[in-house]
This record gives sequence, structure tokens and C-alpha cells, in this order.
Amino acid sequence: MSTAPAAVAAPAKSSGGFTGKAANYLDERTSISGAVKEFGRKIFPDHWSFLLGEVALYSFVVILLSGTFLTFFFDAAMTHTTYEGSYAPMNGVHMSAAMASTLDISFDIRGGLLMRQVHHWAALLFVASIGLHMLRVFFTGAFRKPREINWVIGFVLFILAMAEGFTGYSLPDDLLSGNGLRIIDGMIKSFPLVGTWISFLLFGGEFPGEDIVGRLYSLHIMILPAMVILFIALHLVFLIVHKHTQYPGPGRTEQNVVGFPILPVYAAKAGGFFFIVFGVIMATATFFQINPIWNYGPYDPSPVSAGTQPDWYIGFADGMLRLAPPHLEFVWLDRTWSFGILLPVIILGLFIVTVLIYPFIEAWVTGDKREHHLLDRPRNAPTRTAIGAAGVTFYAVMWAAASSDLIATHFRVTMEGVIHTLQALLFLGPVIAYFVTKRICLGLQKKDREIALHGYETGRIVRLPGGEYIEVHEQVSDYERWELVSYKDQAPIMLRPNAQGKITGSMRLRAAMSRWFFEDRIAPVTQTELDKSHGDDHH
Amino acid sequence: MAQDANSGKDLAAANSSSHDLVPEDSGTGVVSPDAVKNPGHPEHRKRVTDLDPKKEKQAERTVFVLFFLSAVGSLWAVAAYMMFPIDGQMELVRSNNLFIGLGATLALMALGIGAVHWGKAIMADHESVDERHPVRGTDETRARAIEIFEEANEESGFGRRALIRNSLIGALVVFPLPAVALFRGLAPYDEDPVELLQHTMWKKGTRLARDPSGVPIKASDVTLGSAFHVIPEDLNTAKDVLNEKAKAIVLLMRLKPEDLNELPERKNWSYNGIVAYSKVCTHVGCPVALYEQQTHHLLCPCHQSQFDVANHATVIFGPAARPLPQLPIEVDDEGYLVAQSDFTEPVGPSFWERH
Repeated sequence: MSTAPAAVAAPAKSSGGFTGKAANYLDERTSISGAVKEFGRKIFPDHWSFLLGEVALYSFVVILLSGTFLTFFFDAAMTHTTYEGSYAPMNGVHMSAAMASTLDISFDIRGGLLMRQVHHWAALLFVASIGLHMLRVFFTGAFRKPREINWVIGFVLFILAMAEGFTGYSLPDDLLSGNGLRIIDGMIKSFPLVGTWISFLLFGGEFPGEDIVGRLYSLHIMILPAMVILFIALHLVFLIVHKHTQYPGPGRTEQNVVGFPILPVYAAKAGGFFFIVFGVIMATATFFQINPIWNYGPYDPSPVSAGTQPDWYIGFADGMLRLAPPHLEFVWLDRTWSFGILLPVIILGLFIVTVLIYPFIEAWVTGDKREHHLLDRPRNAPTRTAIGAAGVTFYAVMWAAASSDLIATHFRVTMEGVIHTLQALLFLGPVIAYFVTKRICLGLQKKDREIALHGYETGRIVRLPGGEYIEVHEQVSDYERWELVSYKDQAPIMLRPNAQGKITGSMRLRAAMSRWFFEDRIAPVTQTELDKSHGDDHH
Repeated sequence: MAQDANSGKDLAAANSSSHDLVPEDSGTGVVSPDAVKNPGHPEHRKRVTDLDPKKEKQAERTVFVLFFLSAVGSLWAVAAYMMFPIDGQMELVRSNNLFIGLGATLALMALGIGAVHWGKAIMADHESVDERHPVRGTDETRARAIEIFEEANEESGFGRRALIRNSLIGALVVFPLPAVALFRGLAPYDEDPVELLQHTMWKKGTRLARDPSGVPIKASDVTLGSAFHVIPEDLNTAKDVLNEKAKAIVLLMRLKPEDLNELPERKNWSYNGIVAYSKVCTHVGCPVALYEQQTHHLLCPCHQSQFDVANHATVIFGPAARPLPQLPIEVDDEGYLVAQSDFTEPVGPSFWERH
């Protein structure tokens, strides 16, 4: 890498002691000093919401550590065996080697149950923190140029995390996870043309067969983790290339990043935070049981427990399946089209794709080619925030549907009533959420504007000489005001003919989208308005 | 990234060195000439540990005490590993889990909190500023990149020698095909899934037996209102027990004959109000395990599809589309319930070639 003369390359300090000598040895062979110079004092901005992505990263490290331990003891085979371990109620029960070895990890290996629980809790936290991190990125507009591709990479990680979760959940070959696989098998079989054969190949013959656990194991510990690591690496490379976004504030601009250097402050804080996340997972695994497969028993196609639930992150998909109305199946061209399953799958697919491509949609609507490194406060992008709220509501309704039976039994209402209500909410909920959120955002913007121009209410009522009562308003400081007025504003497009004098369909669509996004807007306070209002206050 | 060499500039210096905006297409973004001016960085506020040496000393003490505690936690976890064995005793699993976990939790939390406290309370508290640069390469870099591609194209003839290029692309497209073909081996070569899905173990004369014991059921055992989980009597000696069971499970119920609304062509499929239906949900295949005796409804606990047994198991609620297939039954000479034949249609979830 370096072609610098030897005299410069050698460290200046000759009396560096052991550390100096070791550093010199390393640098002469790796040119590592360049990396230290480059990244050692790199600045990261501070905000609690930036920790959500860190939680995801650290819980993945915990998953890798605990998962590696588990691989040393787990036997990913469906060979029939008779359980003879310590758990007396299962003694003599026929089960697969996978289930038996999971019971052994839980009851015969010291700390084994703890590691299983660490692994499972960390996995639940991994998906949850990715989800929250995505919400933070969405609602602050952090996905805008130049970070659109990193949004896609992060989204792929979200999908991979769910795939990791589901494959891992299925490995113990217990009754609950076996029913989960049964559902997956049923869904795959419904796919036109290829479904039957995909199921046949995946399960190595008929369901359940004796291959699926071993195959999911290959995916779970090799292919999927390799992909997760690759995509995390890409995600972080782009984080370095783009430098982190920051919230608007005094002194912060699109051209700078204000915060603390990696060495030493960020290394200490982020390094410490890793151990805190690990510690919280460890504490949860110490005190709270998760996935007690010994209560479910080995997989058998016949029994099933009432109130079966998947792990939380699969809930939205399971719930969507429940919301399909009956009889959506027909025979056409002598083939079976099972829309009872295909329709939910298509809706889920559309939802996922919309989330995936949202940055590109918004970029197209605004036509904004600038780089955006200052985040939006959610209120300052009312339409985006409202769309986000609608999406969250849509997801939440599907998720709630995955517990429709439990909602019915706990609240003593009819199951049909719960499903019908959720079916209606699936469509109405997002619409209501959209309008309510948009109005709240605009209201908050108006309030910000009011405070920026006229200060805040002090609660002090003063009687003027003429008898009039007024409440005294106090001006906010320049720094506080800056946070209220410094947002970027978008206006709707004026539809104008292009160079050929034509208005194309896509131009019309874009103009309509732009009106939808930006017609209701509260413009930021200008300097003139500010000067004028301050003048007024001197009366 | 060599352009990032300005890392860690001091705030005061950065405030004065604002560089010019690169004019860019802002689309519908409003760039107001009358915008309020950025007031610049607020004054730095010192922490209590900067002002009071006693507090700083205290923070230092907190940090090293936490680090010592962490080491204690780690050693505790090792000690707990030795002191709380399991040795085949179920009730010891709980204390093994608890005490190893407590030690590890203490080790991790104290270490983490100590490091963060060190970073926040003791380490230098000067916010710094990095300048950003456009993500795109500079014009020179981009020009050079284009030049390199052009030179490479020139030197290789990639653009010029169309036949080489196109045949290369063709070869690359075809090259993964063997891998695809190899995956055919995932499932047995001599079996056809469509054929397998049409049949179950049930055949004429197979006795209906209790699940999971395999004890055959006499018609006289089935009292009015009762329901049985049923398997074929010879299931437990079958080759692939679970595969066969996944298709062959049946629910047996006895209703009052006058409550049964049977299809004309299935008049002789029941016996004395005893009917047998596949237990595999026609939605995605869960066992339809819950029978509501009063209403004669079967409920699938996975997605809440409901089937009305009195009306040949038609779907009355939920995402399922088809009725549960019925198993024709009769009684043999010894009074045991037996199948008249296999199911007359494939059981379980729908599939493409089903019809």
C-alpha cells in the first residue's frame, strides 16, 4: 500500500518499549497504522435511537457465541431413538435424535439450558432490535440519498434474521415446531406449478420424512449465518463510507458530523454497551424460561396443543393466513388454485416489497438529488410519518390475528368476532392511522412554529394598565429555536409540459404523488418572519 | 477514503471553516434564501467530574470497583458450574441454570456499565467535528475509472470481439445448471409426489384403532357424543410411521343419526351415526384436533378453520376451502370398525395437481 521511504515508515519513537516494538512489528507487515490514522478518531454522533442497530449487531454476536456452543452437543438427525436421559417424564418415549439431544443439552449438560435460553432470547432480541432500528431509520428519513442501498441491505438482513429464527426454531423437532413445519409444507404445496415438487424436494419425500432437520441445520448454522455476516459487513462498510447521520441541532449541518471519536470514547461506550446487551440477554435467560420443548413432547402428526403460537416475528405471516376468508379455492384448467393461501402470501409479498422499495418511491416523488445527512424529526415529514404509521398498523393487525384464538379466550369474545373485526381493521386501521398521524404531525409543526415565533407560554398572567389580561410569553434561545425551524421543506410539483411540449402519464402520476405528499405543508419559519414577530413583541 | 484525514477537528476550528455548498438538484426541495441562520455550536458545558476533583475520584472508584465485580462474577460462574452439578437429578437443573447465569450476568453487566461510565464520566468530553464530503468520487477519480475500463476494454477486446464475449456470457449462464440438476437428488428418484399424495394406508378391512396405542375400536365402544383419535391398526408396524401417520389420522365421532345430514352418495359411509373424517386440515395441514360435541363442529387450532361434522364436514368458518375428506367405514364380523376403502380424494392441504 505504502511507497513511503523507509525512514518515514519507521515509527519515530525508538524507545516504545514492548508496545512500541509490537506495533512496529505489526505495522511493518500490515500497514495497520494507516487504518488507525483513518478510523481511530472518526466521529460518531450520539443519540439513544442510534443504539437500536447496535443492539441488533451485539445480539447477533451473542447468537454466534451461544450457537457455536450448542452445535457441539446438538445432533441434527431424525433417527428414531428412545429417550433415556434425566428428564423422567420423557423416559422411554420414542423421539428423534434431534429432540433427544436437545433434551440432553437442557437436562444433562451443565449450563446447557442456560446457553439454549441465551441463544433463543438473543434470537428474539435480534429480530426485535432490527425491527425497531428499521422504524428509527424510516421515521427519521435516514434512508434518503445516499443511503437507499443500505436500507435494502438492512432489509435483507431483517428477512435473513427471520429465516434464521424459523430454521432454528424447527431444529429440536418438538411438537410445536413440527406443526410450524407442517404449516410451511401446506403453504409451499399451494404454490402453482412448483409447490408440490418443492415440498417433495425440501422434505426429501413425503412430509415429514427424515431429512428436514438436517437440511434446516445446514441452512441454520452455515448458509444463513454466512449471508448474515456478509450483509452486516456490507452494512457497516456503507456506514463508514457515508458517515453516520445526525439529528438536526445547532452547529450541525449537512457538511459535518458532530460527536465523539471512536478512540477512546466510542470504543468505551460501544464496547461497554456490547457487554450490557449480553448481560441483559444473560439475565433474561437466567430468570425466564423460553421454549420448554419438554412440555410439548416430540413431533407427532396427530396431536396439537390449543393456542399454538409461532415465535413473535413469524406472527404477522401466521396472522395473515388466519385472516383469509373461506372458500377461496377453485379448479381451473384442471389445476387447483388455492387462493386461501396464495392471497395472504401475495399480500405479504406486496407489503414486504413496498417497504423494501420505499426509499426509491420517495426519491422519485421528490426528485431530490441532494445528499441527506441531517435526519428529519418525524413531524417534519408528515406524509412519510403517516405512511409509516399506516404500515405499522397493518403489520400490527396481522400480528394480532396470530393470537386471534387467545384474544377470544382471554377476553371471552367469539373467535369469529375477533377475526371479522381484524379483517375490517386490516383495511380501516391503516387509513385511520394515516389520517390521525398526519394531523398530529401538522399540529406539532404548527406548535413548533408558534413557539419559534412567539416563544413559549410561561403561565404568568399579567394585568395591563388598561385592564387587559395577557399571558407572558418567553422567547426560546437561539439554539432551541434552531431545532424548531431548521427542517428541510418540500413543495408539490407544478405540472409543466416537458421539452417536447407533452405531459406524460408518469409525469401526471408523479405530480399527483407529489401533491399527496406535500400539499399539506407547514413551511419553516423564515428570518423575515422571525424579525417581524420579534418586532411585534416589543409593543 | 483518504479524504477523511481531517478527523477530530476541534469545534472552534470547525465553526470557522464552513465550506461552500455544491449546487445540486434539490427536486421539489425548497431552498429558501431567507432561512434562519444556524447559530453554531452551543457552548460546551462541563460535567460535574470536570469541575469537582472529588467527583472525578469517585467516578474512577466506581469504574474500577465495577471491573473487580465483573471478575468476581466470572469466577462465581465457574464456581457455580462446579458447585451445582446436575448429575441426572432434574431438580438441580434449576439451580445450575440460576447460579451460573447470575455469575455470568454480573460479569457482563458490571463490565459493560463500568466501561460506559468510564467513557461518559472520565474520558475527555470534547465533542468534535468531522467534515463530510460528497459520497461520489471526485471528477478526476471518476475520469480515471472510466479511462481504466476503456483501456481494459481496448486491451482485452471485450467490446470488439463480440463472439468471444457472447460465448462467454452463454457459458456463464449455462454453468450453474449441473448444480441445479444435482439437487434433484434431494428427494427419492423412484417416487412421484402427486401419486404419493393420492393415497393413504387405509384400505378395505383396515381396522380403526386408537391413537397412539393402536387398540382397535369396536362400534359398541363409540357412545353417542364421543370422539376418538384414530389411526389404522397396522400403522405402528409400517415402514415410515410418521409419513403414513401424517396422512392417515382420522377423527371418529358418533352423532344422533337424525342430526346427520349425509350426501346421497355417501349414505352407506357411516355406521349407526358413527362417521370418520380425515384429521388433516384442508387448509395447511394441521391436525383438526378440537371437537365441540354440542355443535358437532371441528376446530383447527392453528388457523381456526371450522368444519361442521353434521353437514359432511363443510367449512363454516376460517381460511380452509374444502370439507375434510370422509373415510367410508363399516363393521366387520367381530364388531370392529373397519374402513371400506381408502379415502376417495387426497387428504390434507391443496396442491397444484390435486384435481
